[in-house]
Amino acid sequence: MKPKTTNYIVFECLSRSANEAFARGAVACFAAQLDPTLEELGDIKTAVSEAVTNAIVHAYPDTLGRIVVRARVLEEDILEISVRDWGRGIPDVKQARQPLFTTGGEERSGMGFTIMESFMDSLTVRSVQGKGTRVTMSRRIKPRRTGQ
Amino acid sequence: MEMKYRAENRQLTIRLSGELDHHAAKDLMDSIDRLLEQNLPVKTFLDMEGLTFMDSSGIAVVLRAKRRMEALSGSLVVINIPRQAARVLETAGLNRYVELV
Repeated sequence: MKPKTTNYIVFECLSRSANEAFARGAVACFAAQLDPTLEELGDIKTAVSEAVTNAIVHAYPDTLGRIVVRARVLEEDILEISVRDWGRGIPDVKQARQPLFTTGGEERSGMGFTIMESFMDSLTVRSVQGKGTRVTMSRRIKPRRTGQ
Repeated sequence: MEMKYRAENRQLTIRLSGELDHHAAKDLMDSIDRLLEQNLPVKTFLDMEGLTFMDSSGIAVVLRAKRRMEALSGSLVVINIPRQAARVLETAGLNRYVELV
């Protein structure tokens, strides 16, 4: 049975690099209700930054397009984040997920997917060429005892 | 993203502060390139103490600075790396290529 959603946010932004900071900041604010540690919050911000940057750089290389970010709190303290675009799509997802693989030139490192995989518990990439890409990732935020 | 620097005796220290992401990376790379060309340092310290966030764009910045320093027969050391940035650099295995202090 799929876990139930207990809360969510959805926002859409244009694929401008200035929105990378907004996207990771908004998701971090939303995630705060799960009382994450600073390290967990840093991991979440980093993963969101990578996913949104991928959409900006690779989905819409020569144009501006829509990016929709959704963050959900699921039962059992799971934070699920999806980043969706309607851009070019990834020709070979398996290859794109390899460390150091990039088509983004010298200012990219090819480590985006590797970081998303390492910093989150799960990562799913669905992409159709010419239609777009949806990256979905989740992380369980372990409950902490407060006041200690 | 802000950058300050100090150069003396062909030693260059570049201090970064703020958030280093893809949006900031291109300008930062250009600025570092120019600084290296102007100062021709033998040793460059990239001081990350003031960074409040860094994603994989920072990896590209570090690797490029390292390549430029090697071209000058010099070396690059990354110092005062905050915890979050360190996790990104470690995930990329950068400690095998660059001196991280």
